[in-house]
Parts: sequence; structure tokens; C-alpha cells
Amino acid sequence: MRTWFTALTLLVTAATAAPTGAQTLINGAGATFPYPIYSKWFDAYTKVDPEARFNYQSIGSGGGIKQISSRTVDFGASDGPMTDEQLKGAPGELFHIPTVLGADAATYNLPGSPKLKFTPDVLADIFLGKISKWNDPRLAAENPGVSLPSTPIVVVHRSDGSGTTYIWVDYLSKVSPEWQQKVGRGTSVNWPVGLGGKGNEGVAGQVKSTPGALGYVELAYAVQNKLPVGLVKNAAGKFVEPTIESTTAAAAGAARTMPADFRVSLTNPPGDDAYPIASFTWLLVYKEQPNEIKGRAIVKFLWWMSHEGQKMAPDLHYAPLPAPVVKQIEGRIKEINYRGKPLMVAR
Amino acid sequence: MRSNLGDRIFRGVLRLAGSAVLLLVLALAAEMFRTAWPAIHTFGARFLVTSVWDPVAEHHGALSFVYGTLVSSLLAMLIAVPLGIGAAVFLAELAPPWLRPPVAFLVELVAAVPSVVYGLWGIFVLAPLMRTWVQPFLGATLGFLPLFQGPPYGVGMLTAGIILAIMVVPFITAVSREVLLAVPNSQREAALALGATRWETTRLAVLRYGRSGLIGAGLLGLGRALGETMAVTMVIGNRPEVAISLFAPGYTMASVIANEFTEATSDLYLSALIEVGLLLFLVTVAVNALARLLVWSVGGAVKVVRE
Repeated sequence: MRTWFTALTLLVTAATAAPTGAQTLINGAGATFPYPIYSKWFDAYTKVDPEARFNYQSIGSGGGIKQISSRTVDFGASDGPMTDEQLKGAPGELFHIPTVLGADAATYNLPGSPKLKFTPDVLADIFLGKISKWNDPRLAAENPGVSLPSTPIVVVHRSDGSGTTYIWVDYLSKVSPEWQQKVGRGTSVNWPVGLGGKGNEGVAGQVKSTPGALGYVELAYAVQNKLPVGLVKNAAGKFVEPTIESTTAAAAGAARTMPADFRVSLTNPPGDDAYPIASFTWLLVYKEQPNEIKGRAIVKFLWWMSHEGQKMAPDLHYAPLPAPVVKQIEGRIKEINYRGKPLMVAR
Repeated sequence: MRSNLGDRIFRGVLRLAGSAVLLLVLALAAEMFRTAWPAIHTFGARFLVTSVWDPVAEHHGALSFVYGTLVSSLLAMLIAVPLGIGAAVFLAELAPPWLRPPVAFLVELVAAVPSVVYGLWGIFVLAPLMRTWVQPFLGATLGFLPLFQGPPYGVGMLTAGIILAIMVVPFITAVSREVLLAVPNSQREAALALGATRWETTRLAVLRYGRSGLIGAGLLGLGRALGETMAVTMVIGNRPEVAISLFAPGYTMASVIANEFTEATSDLYLSALIEVGLLLFLVTVAVNALARLLVWSVGGAVKVVRE
């Protein structure tokens, strides 16, 4: 009996002690939207740096901001930039490091799944409930040759708070003063019309099973499930289809006016090829790292992620960062330090 | 009776277990009240009587959620109680003996299906069915009632009620069947000896005898219906509005918490969600207390019958 017990104790001690000796465990939490690419990165990264192990909990952007602000994790992740108030509430200076881009696509259920074109004001008025029929003259004017039915438009939106919703309403707020004033932007809003579906799958399921439905889903989800998606007129006046390339182009268009902290909304950016309903998703890290070993591992990962890691993005239907933005991120990574000593090793 | 050390320890352990349950509930209520305080303080009674839910402007009112939870659960009980008890009577009284074990086993199996599976089935099978057949039919035949008016979306209060009913029927059936099996055979024999038909025997001797147990079965189902989250969220339409029509989309307390908790970043917003949780807790306690009263009053009636 006693020998068994001793053996068990030894085993437990060995199991818990072994990883801490060789590996640094870095904990992160936050956004669900980039979770597939993050888990792919963290998995692939074990080969690049066997000494660092990343653990990521996709609990949502709100949770990510909360946890990094109370320093219960080593890095956070968010689909929406932190507000000035939230940044002030954090115990140290937080950096927003863009990782990839995502976009929202308008998907619909119409006979024959025609390629529809939407202007910003038409989209806003549909979601405000001011355009309620598919054969509305303003919708028909942009879509000559498409026979639009006289059925009502059934608007479908996300019911759960999400970064996808944030991007969508951020866009509508920019293109429609009425939306900005009546509804505003947030991860959940008070929708003037429509039904709520839980998650991308809930919205897509609702749209698929309801004739005349119109909803928005993540581009990655729309591509994987081959949903019909609409073209949207961008700030340059061109109708652009949501694709990985046109999403990257949105960030490139905004690169010239990019603020140093990357807390920028990319919706409705300049640029002929830019798809207007796109956004960064960010990792949140402290400028002054509290732990040298962990800090070094995080900085090393950030560099790898913004360079080699970007090549993995398109396979998972995320848009990689454009080169000028990567250049700007490099500068930011070099500023991350431990007690004033930069953690980035020269390369 | 001599009380030895073992007995005393045993009594102490049991007391601890008993009071732990109580303390847990109290701690839960206190903590929810504490974290919900900013919202209670800001919105006051408005929280209970308005149904505007605007996280951007931070206007929060939970009326539509309370309404949605109560109405969807009520609908579910209206459908599930007769169906569940009917199935139990069939299994306990009428079904040929070879059929009873497999059907009883199936009922218990269905009770174990996770709610998200019901939700997915609800989106992809039930909602289209409701939209193309059930709702147009109800609209055409009962459309003069305000309950069955409006465009058929497929999703909405009625669909949520039906999904809930399907989910609680196995619970009600399984428990009711046990209750009916526990009715002594002498009751049935006595009724039959008096010349009662099968229907009269079941109604007077079996169902009446097991009445408080059957209400307990219904309560178990109601408890599940009130707190059910995933399946309801997927088919109710998630629209914070109080609408008379059962075709209209609605929202429940459990759904809004599940939907918005992860991304609620501002403190007041989070606090409002926790207040919804507190309300759900109070509604559940109130409904259970009411039902308990019902069981007591019925329990008295049963005694009269037995005499």
C-alpha cells in the first residue's frame, strides 16, 4: 500500500514538474473569431521555438480585455480595439498588435442565388428597416438584369455579442449618419429589425432556410460553406467582391493613415480594390513585460507571426497583413521591453 | 437509545451536507445581487417594466426576456404535459408487455440527447417545417386570434415552445411512468371489481392516486424548460420584444445571458446581464414555490379520495 502511494506521489510530482523545467508556458485569452489561425500558429510554433508553449482560451474579446487588464494572462486578444477608458484602466501601457484581417460578407437567400450589388446606403436602410422589399427601386437600380422578387427582406443578424457584429455595425455607422445616431457601434446592438441567429452557423442556417433572408457572416465562414455573397460599393465608388485579396487591400488602403497604435477601424477605407467591411484582429500585450523569459518568448512569437506566420493565413481564409503594415508592426515589437531593456534580439 | 461516536459523526456529516446546499444558494444569490447592484441602482424598477435592450446606449430593460421565458415555458408545458403523461399511461397501463422495455429505454435515451443537438435540428428541420406548413395552416384557420398573426418566419416563440416541449416530454414520461408503476395493483383491481371501464379505472384509480407524483414530473419538466438555453436560443429569433403573436420572434433570460456575456465589456452592461441572471433565479424560485403549493393542495385532495 505504502509503496503504491509513494510511486503515485512520485509520478504526480514528475508529471507536474517536468514541463516547467524545460518550457515556458504562455497563457492568452480572448477573441473567438481568429481562434482557428491562432491555434494553428501556436501548434506550428512549437517547432520554431520548442521552449515556448502557448495556451489560448477563446473566451471572447470582452473576456480577453478583462483578463489582460487584470494581468491574469500574458497576452489578450480582441476583435475590437480597446477604448481609451479601458486602456487607462489597465495597469500598464498595452500595445495592439494586428495579426490578420477578417471581413464580413452579406449573404442572402434568393432564387437562383444571383450576384447582388449593394450600395452603402441601401445596406444601411435595409438594416434600419426602411427598405423592406427585395424589389425596392433603389436595390433594383444597382442590379439591372436581376429579377428581384416582391417578397419581404428578412434581416438576420448575430444574436451573440461578437467581433463580426462590431465590424458590420462599425461600417453601417460610417456610411449612415442615421445608423450612427439611432443604433451606433458595439459587439451587440439594439437592432431596429430582424431575427437573431447564434454564431455564424446560426445566421447562415437561418438565411439558408428562409427564402428572402439577408444576413452577414464572417468571410471565412461564407467561403468555406460556399454561401452566395454580395458585392459592396467601396469608398472609391467600385463594387468589390469580398475575397482574401480585397480584404488585404482594405488594410493597404488604410496603411498611409495608420495611427501608431493600430487602433483603427478599417471599414470603408480608400483604395480601388478595397472591400469596405473589413477589420484587423489584435493581440494585446504589455509594452513593459513583467517577466523577462515570457516577454522574450512573446516578442519572438510576434515577430514570427507577423512574418512567416502570415503565409498560413489564406489557407484558413484569413487575409494576411499587407507589407507596409508589417513594417509598422516591426517597429512596435522592438519597443516591447523588460525594465527598459528591449526584448527583441537583433536579426 | 445509546448515541455513540459513529452516530454523532454521521449526524455531523449529514448536517454539513444539508447546510452546504442552503449556504450555496444563499451565497449564489448574495453574489449575484452584489454584482448586479450597479444595474439595480441605475435602472431601478424600469429594468422590470421596459423591454429596450440597447448595450450601446446602455439602456437595459428585461421585460421581454422575462415574458419570453414564461411564455415559451408555458407553451412547452401545455404541449408536453398531456403528451408526456399520455405516453406514460400507455407504457404503464396499456402497452403489451413486450413493447414496454424497449419504448421505456428509448424514452430515457431521448432524455439524454444534448440540447444543442435539438437546437440544430430545430434550425434545419423544425423551423422550415413551421414556416412552410404549420404557421401558414394556423394562420389560415386560427388567424382571427391575435396569437396566430404576422409573417411566418419559422423561428419564434411557437417554435421555441415546441422544441422545449419535445425536450421535456421524455423527462415527464420517464418520471410519470415510475409514478404510475408505483400505484398499487389493489387500486386497479378495486376499480375493476366495481365495474369500472378501463378508462374509468385509469382516470379514477390510477391517475388520481398518483396525482402529486405526476405534478412532480411536470415540475421537473418545467424546471428544465425555464433554464434551457442553447436549443431555445437557436430557434426563438432572439428579438427583445414583447409580442402577442406566437409567430413573432422573442428572447429568453437564459438566452440573452448566453449570447451576450462573453462580449460584454462595459461594467454596467455586464451588471445588467447579471441582473437578468438574478431575475431568472427569482422567477425559477417563484415558479417552484407556486408549484409546491399546488402539490400540497392536491396532496390533501388525494387523501380524501383514498379514504
